[in-house]
Amino acid sequence: MIPELGHFAIILALLVAVVQGVLPLLGAHRNDSAWIGLARPAAQAQWLLLLIAFGCLTYAFIANDFSVQYVAEHSNSQLPTVYRIAAVWGGHEGSLLLWVLLLASWTLAVSLLSRALPEVMVARVIGVLGLVSCGMLLFILLTSSPFERLLDIPQDGRDLNPLLQDPGLVIHPPMLYMGYVGFSVAFAFAIAALLSGSLDATWARWSRPWTLAAWIFLTLGIGLGSWWAYYELGWGGWWFWDPVENASFMPWLFGTALIHSLAVTEKRGAFKNWTVLLAIGAFSLSLLGTFLVRSGVLTSVHAFATDPRRGIFILTFLVLVIGSSLLLFAWRAPKVGLGGRFALMSRETLLLMNNVLLVVACGSVLLGTLYPLIIDALGLGKISVGPPYFQAVFVPLMIPLLFLIAVGPTARWKQASVGDMTVRLRIAFAIALAAGIGLPFILGSWTPLVGLGVLLAIWICVSAIVQIRERFQKSGNPPPAFWGMQLAHLGIAVFVIGVTLVKGYETEKDVRMAPDDTVEVGGYTIRLLGVKDAMGPNYRASVGDLELSKDGKLLRTLHPEKRAYFSSAMPMTEAAIDTGFTRDVYVSLGEPVGVEDGSGAWSVRVHHKPFVDWIWGGCLLMALGGLVAASDRRYRLQSRFSAGIPSALKGATS
Amino acid sequence: MKPRHKRIAIIVGCLASLGIAAFFVLNALNSNIALFYTPSQVAAGEAPKERVFRIGGLVKSGTVKRNEMTIRFVVTDTAKEIPVAFTGILPDLFKEGKGVVAQGKLGADGQFVASEVLAKHDENYMPPEAKHAVDQAGKTANTLKQ
Repeated sequence: MIPELGHFAIILALLVAVVQGVLPLLGAHRNDSAWIGLARPAAQAQWLLLLIAFGCLTYAFIANDFSVQYVAEHSNSQLPTVYRIAAVWGGHEGSLLLWVLLLASWTLAVSLLSRALPEVMVARVIGVLGLVSCGMLLFILLTSSPFERLLDIPQDGRDLNPLLQDPGLVIHPPMLYMGYVGFSVAFAFAIAALLSGSLDATWARWSRPWTLAAWIFLTLGIGLGSWWAYYELGWGGWWFWDPVENASFMPWLFGTALIHSLAVTEKRGAFKNWTVLLAIGAFSLSLLGTFLVRSGVLTSVHAFATDPRRGIFILTFLVLVIGSSLLLFAWRAPKVGLGGRFALMSRETLLLMNNVLLVVACGSVLLGTLYPLIIDALGLGKISVGPPYFQAVFVPLMIPLLFLIAVGPTARWKQASVGDMTVRLRIAFAIALAAGIGLPFILGSWTPLVGLGVLLAIWICVSAIVQIRERFQKSGNPPPAFWGMQLAHLGIAVFVIGVTLVKGYETEKDVRMAPDDTVEVGGYTIRLLGVKDAMGPNYRASVGDLELSKDGKLLRTLHPEKRAYFSSAMPMTEAAIDTGFTRDVYVSLGEPVGVEDGSGAWSVRVHHKPFVDWIWGGCLLMALGGLVAASDRRYRLQSRFSAGIPSALKGATS
Repeated sequence: MKPRHKRIAIIVGCLASLGIAAFFVLNALNSNIALFYTPSQVAAGEAPKERVFRIGGLVKSGTVKRNEMTIRFVVTDTAKEIPVAFTGILPDLFKEGKGVVAQGKLGADGQFVASEVLAKHDENYMPPEAKHAVDQAGKTANTLKQ
């Protein structure tokens, strides 16, 4: 009964979405205030219906209703309740339901937080979001309903993939989806502005906090995913350039470009067409990510099913969305006008370079991700493009970008002077250069990449100090947007330090250890005491007992596990990590290798990873920076309809 | 500079950086592609001698031997077999009789020295490359019968 109720709620939600997607847009076109007024209630009704549907599915999981196929495939009566709830989005159908629920939630947020916007604009934005929702709801109803019943009810469920039974999974997908789906709001704003024909600074100011919000979630989602992979997959890596990771990284790169481009559009009225294209691109890449992950063309933990109908549906939807928005763009863009002029050396130009670098980086990731698929689809053989490709391409693209992060904010809008900037930044550069040459010697040995990484990170930090000091000298307390920018850029510097030092100085050892054997990594000694058996709620485990010590002093014991879940034959590695501010010691169990000789030896993976946590610390700082910037009151002030010339003249903040 | 010149300078700058980027990208792509070969193709001598490539198939039952940290096993596509050596810790889902994909180089003695054995995430899941290898071998066998 409850599952049918959920299914019915989805059907109703689709009907509401059709109303929400058609009438407000027509109303805005014909200036019919009754139809325009439908936008908000429709969005709220749709959200309520999808919440009911989602609640029904969650209930089916908690109540162990294995007559529902999706529950039977992704849950088990022995599964702890928290993971039964997380299992709602542990598979294809449920995660799509989460997708549309989050879309409806963003739409709800727009409907509640847009009192300052003209009604026509709100109607268009909500209408466009309604059309997107129609597509995804149709997709769920036609190809992937989570409420399908089984005629032959199984005794117990097949269980959630043990890899996904982890606190990281409880929050990683919702965060990532919030980011993905959030770009639909930036997209809807861009389309609405194209429809109305008024692409101006006001539009950019409305769009900025929403874009920032989506970007924050995406940053956190990617960071969490990387952290989860680090401690859960048992290999000690934090980024694998796996196609699925790339699928989330590409919208992030575009979104980052969009944030910067929106700043130019708001402050200077320039780059309008480019900003619209970026907004369309960021959302299209989110949809492409959904297509890649969900269609089964990729093979990974995220690719749940290989039903060709699903792939074709999403692909068609993708083509429709990109095609129609580009068509609209081609029709409207010539009327938009070019906006403020600027000199070759100006903040606009530097931000344009930022955009070009980010988009090219995104293009290279896209190429590396799609190339094997295209070659395979053309029947030219099977190939794989590995991490070396991405590293070879990414590093040279990021070096100028990182250099510019420190320079960009010191440049004036419209016309900047190279001489003036050199004078202001020369001490900062000298400090960074000294750090790049000196610091690696203190930390270990000097290599060009470590030196360069340290130089760039310190360059960003010191330049930030210079900017903050100048700002205070010039005009009192800076606005939150300024602090947000500084925090996010500092996050990049912290991230770069983490990546550079872990790449430069990490030690990885795979060794055979019998009880009482020791192994040394990065100045730490690890002794294996033994491996014992233990029982968990739904698994049996071999638990290692290891001592971590430094200079003869015992620091702590580590307990990595090898788990065998009852419901599947699949073993699971649980690493044990001693986390520190400047290093992680990472231990995971391989397999018993001393069974024949009775020595009780295991193969053990031992890593010493300097500064690895700075990688996620950097992501957190970036997200925090986004949050601070989005909290700027300027975005919530009653909008001035006579485009943003005053704010453009005010000048030099982010 | 006149505005028109400025615009041209910006466009030229963008195109130049795009060109450099394209060069880097294609160069990197060209030197970092790992081609995939089935055990039958390797046995027929089609696989490159010096380059890294991938093989896929099934881990033949009863062939997994351990010596300290080195593991030797045989990968088969049901028609031909390739001996593989790997030093390190295998992914959780490595199992006799199951599908496997390995990346590495072919040694002079005809043994495939794997630098990486790929982890897959689900026990019921067959890596598409491994499935492809077995399917190919099956097709060849059928053609021969006819």
